[in-house]
Amino acid sequence: MKTVKRTIGIMALAATMVLTVSCKDGNKNESTAPMSSEMHQESMDDKKDMAMNDNQDAKAEAILKDYFNLKDALVGDDNGKAKELGNTLAQSLKSFDASNYSDNEKSELNDIIEDATEHAEHISESDIKHQREHFKILSKDVTDMVAITGTQVKLYEQYCPMYDGGTAWLSKEENVLNPYYGSSMLRCGKVQREIN
Amino acid sequence: MKFLKIIAWLALVALIVIQFFPITLNESDAVPQSDFMVENQVPATIKNQLQVSCYDCHSNNTDYPWYSKIQPAAWYLEDHIQAGKDELNFNEWDTYSSRRKNSKLRSIIKQIESGEMPMDSYTLIHRDAILSDEDKRMIIDYITALKDSLE
Ligand code: HEC
Repeated sequence: MKTVKRTIGIMALAATMVLTVSCKDGNKNESTAPMSSEMHQESMDDKKDMAMNDNQDAKAEAILKDYFNLKDALVGDDNGKAKELGNTLAQSLKSFDASNYSDNEKSELNDIIEDATEHAEHISESDIKHQREHFKILSKDVTDMVAITGTQVKLYEQYCPMYDGGTAWLSKEENVLNPYYGSSMLRCGKVQREIN
Repeated sequence: MKFLKIIAWLALVALIVIQFFPITLNESDAVPQSDFMVENQVPATIKNQLQVSCYDCHSNNTDYPWYSKIQPAAWYLEDHIQAGKDELNFNEWDTYSSRRKNSKLRSIIKQIESGEMPMDSYTLIHRDAILSDEDKRMIIDYITALKDSLE
């Protein structure tokens, strides 16, 4: 009996050790989401425009499209969908290739893409509060990207002074639907700039 | 009772056996030139707080306490060091683009504000890693100023 007690004691000690050192469970879901539709679309665009620069534009447009889908998911308070779309966006960002831009633009674009990819990946694995925090910086990255790559689409930069000391995002519609608040304050914001 | 005894012995044996599994220790003597503290003139108190509270998981050199070299604790810590370093490595600060630095500084502020970092499970045993409200305010003020100077 005594030995049993002692052994159990040791086990308990071991268990405490394990518990105290183990930090919170890392979210380890290596996301492997389907992106075949994206690829497909890009390759069709490729065929349409063989010229190198148009090809680049197509990739930038794909990033924008994913960004807007993600924005809509956040407007709709949809955490699960935003996770999926964050992953889709991360894939599009990774396939972006800046090699045809000038040296200055290239290094700027590479920095933007690296940072944006990280935020998109975080969005693919966090709760909605964190998703929105990352979306803020992601929005800045995408805005800076568009300033270099340009786009065919007419864009509206919108701004809500309430969220985190004032925060901007991009939209295809003039109508304001706030991705940082969703249903709790859908209308916060105004158009501060039109692009194109 | 006999049954329990067998289980207990088996568990003990397992515990001993796993001690012989090797772990890769996250240790390095030299502080590289690209370190956060080398690049920025960080006030001593803040420097010390960050090193005590964050560097174990966010640099190439972990200050291992005795129990963290014992299995299975070592495995858990190893995982967190890997994940932590992937997110943010203070030793490699200067290799980040200014855009990325900006993102990281913002993220550090958020993590400290919300109390998510340093992790609760870590401060449970590393009591000296706990940041008081005063510490938090000081660090956040400093990091915010640093971030503004980059923008
Ligand atoms: C026990 C190890 C550990 C300690 C100590 C620790 N971290 Fe972390 N940190 C992690 C891990 C693991 C991750 C990645 C997983 C996650 O985000 O939860 C992380 C992620 C982060 C991130 C990125 C989060 C994001 O979502 O962008 C920041 C910033 C950060 N830590 C800052 C700090 C700061 C500042 C301290 C000290 C005050 C600190 N950490 C202390 C383990 C640690």
